[in-house]
Amino acid sequence: MNKNLPSIENGRKLLQKDSFKTALSSLISILIGIIVGCIIVVIVAVASDEITFKGGIEGVKLILFGLLCKGRDAAGELVFGFNPVNIGNMLFRATPVIMTGLSVAVAFKTGLFNIGTPGQYLIGTAATLIIALSIPSDAVASWIIWILAFLGGMAAGALWGMIPGIFRAYLHINEVLACIMTNWIAANLVTWIFENSPFRNGAESGKVGYIMKTTANSVETPKFGLDRLFSGSQINAGIIAACLAAVIIYVIISKTTLGYELKACGSNRNAAEYAGIKGKRKIVLSMAIAGSLSGGAAALYYLSGNTEFFWSTYQSLPSEGFNGIPIALLAGNNPIAVIFSGCFMSALNIAGQQLKNFTAYNEFVTDIIIAVIVYLSAFSLVIKMLLSKRSKREILRGNRTTAPVNLAKSEIEPEERQADE
Amino acid sequence: MEFLIQQTMIYAVPLLIVALAGVFAERSGVINLALEGIMIFGAFVGVLFINTAQRYELFSKEQAQGLMLLTMAVTALSGALFSLLLSFAAVNLKANQTISGTALNLLAPALVLFLINVIANQNVLSMANGDAASWFMLKRADLGFTQTEELNFFERTFLIRNYLTTYICIAIFIILSVILYKTKFGLRLRACGENPHAADSLGINVYKMRYAGTTISGALAGIGGFVFALTTANASSTGDVAGFGFLALAVMIFGNWNPLSIAGASILFGLFKCIAAAYATIDINGDGVFALAELGISTNFYRMLPYLITLLVLAFTSKNSRAPKAEGIPYDKSTR
Repeated sequence: MNKNLPSIENGRKLLQKDSFKTALSSLISILIGIIVGCIIVVIVAVASDEITFKGGIEGVKLILFGLLCKGRDAAGELVFGFNPVNIGNMLFRATPVIMTGLSVAVAFKTGLFNIGTPGQYLIGTAATLIIALSIPSDAVASWIIWILAFLGGMAAGALWGMIPGIFRAYLHINEVLACIMTNWIAANLVTWIFENSPFRNGAESGKVGYIMKTTANSVETPKFGLDRLFSGSQINAGIIAACLAAVIIYVIISKTTLGYELKACGSNRNAAEYAGIKGKRKIVLSMAIAGSLSGGAAALYYLSGNTEFFWSTYQSLPSEGFNGIPIALLAGNNPIAVIFSGCFMSALNIAGQQLKNFTAYNEFVTDIIIAVIVYLSAFSLVIKMLLSKRSKREILRGNRTTAPVNLAKSEIEPEERQADE
Repeated sequence: MEFLIQQTMIYAVPLLIVALAGVFAERSGVINLALEGIMIFGAFVGVLFINTAQRYELFSKEQAQGLMLLTMAVTALSGALFSLLLSFAAVNLKANQTISGTALNLLAPALVLFLINVIANQNVLSMANGDAASWFMLKRADLGFTQTEELNFFERTFLIRNYLTTYICIAIFIILSVILYKTKFGLRLRACGENPHAADSLGINVYKMRYAGTTISGALAGIGGFVFALTTANASSTGDVAGFGFLALAVMIFGNWNPLSIAGASILFGLFKCIAAAYATIDINGDGVFALAELGISTNFYRMLPYLITLLVLAFTSKNSRAPKAEGIPYDKSTR
């Protein structure tokens, strides 16, 4: 019977698939976000005396193609082309946010909003740096130190992530509140740990506010030849580790019993309990996994050897933590899609840097775009409903001429289903 | 001792106002996580207004108090407008309120830093001339004291070297708490947060009430942001309020959504912040002994303490928590 269905039916079936609607609504959010950014850039160009309209057009071009910008040529025009430095830097900066995006995505699958990623990131940073800088590299091989520091960062993040999980599972306290509190406790705790620490960079002048780079102990992430491919950038093998993590999480969530149980708890906790799944333990486990991913993000970022940690963090939380939220939302909580949305966010950030370097604008335009995208993702469900209403109308219209479509089936297509295939 | 009381009030008053902002939104049924973002926006608008007024010489230094009051009104309006983004998403589009709030928390600093860089070519916007203390603090001459008159304890602590905003905010707090608990409007607002379906069955427009609650919340958070920038940051806007909005959330939870407890909680948390900032120099009874410094507890512990005790309180009293029952759930008439 399926073989004889006309191709219009197949098209409609595609339109009704939940994952397609999620992807489409994400694309619409991105489009609207970029349009808002471009409008702001043009308005500022028109309103300001120093920036001409041509400057505004350049700003728009940089927002859209900033990743490919090579700078200005002799005539002062922007030149675009394959820029290995930009792409390498984009991949380098995408590494931590892919991991934090995974962290938020895993928690969302279990029905939890992990807004505690900055706190877990900070605790992971502290653990990683302490382990990486305290084990003397003449006693232990530096790759062993790297692995220990990485695992230590993940473990510390997991422990910190379990705290809101325990509050949610056993004390029935909204995990968002617990996460916000643990974020700020972590910020103060990390400042306290490093306040009189010997790891502060006393060697270089004026750098006492920073912890030493891990290269001070000869520990750094290997490059695996990526730096020859994207020469001049800061890229290292961390991006490979992040992609591997995404694949592993995808396998866990989609192909294992544990993943199925986590998704069941997220979709309908009561039904899951009825089926024998211990909901409380799964919630704590899910937050632990999410925390370990955020801790791993911090580990990958600070083990790269060319990043310094500003240890007085009690005033503000790291942006890599909160940037995981739009990445997870845009990716529809699909781990593989997180890789791409992470790269997209990172490309936007590079475009912001280009705006700052080559025009009179500043890099915050791309932050505005990201915030608008998050705002739109909040009602992605509404966009999905709008999309499905349209396809229902087309089905009703097409019903007059083609073979009757099973209206009953499309109506019980569960739109509220949260577990993605 | 006067220093301790004055500093505590400076930290406690913005907490008070912003926690009340959270209460108004949540009592009407909308979780307002965007308090931090609205504070940042309110601080920016307030500082921009003062800066512009000074550059175009609309207010002289003698009229500074009038400028401050006008700025408070302007920031209230701007906070209300910014919160419309949240209320539109939460009420009309039935969006996830925690994600919308987080989006506004991301949008506000980005927008503010962008505009500050465009306007002032640096990352900070301050007053055009003078500083907050010299312009806006209450001085001896304002209150009719001479320069060398002896002042008693009450006058030294509560009148001189204070800002008028402190007392205005306390007055706003008292008035709005009375409105929330003793008027028909307040009762209907609270009903929309506890059981909106029941309220709807009586003819109350739940959508309008939630809009009202969130807009009042935005106005209060805007005022709180401006007062914070004025009193603790010397009237400068940096696109950041150092987590004060989240601390106000903690005050609201610790105070069990109840104005009197919130007042107590904000004084307590203000005290902790004051101690964290100045504990080496606090001389409690003026005998030259810096008792707190000798205790040897790190200032980071004092900074952590508000969040720690909120977590502990959450842990032990979650059963008695008086969180509005229908908060965070978008209201849909068809589900009645």
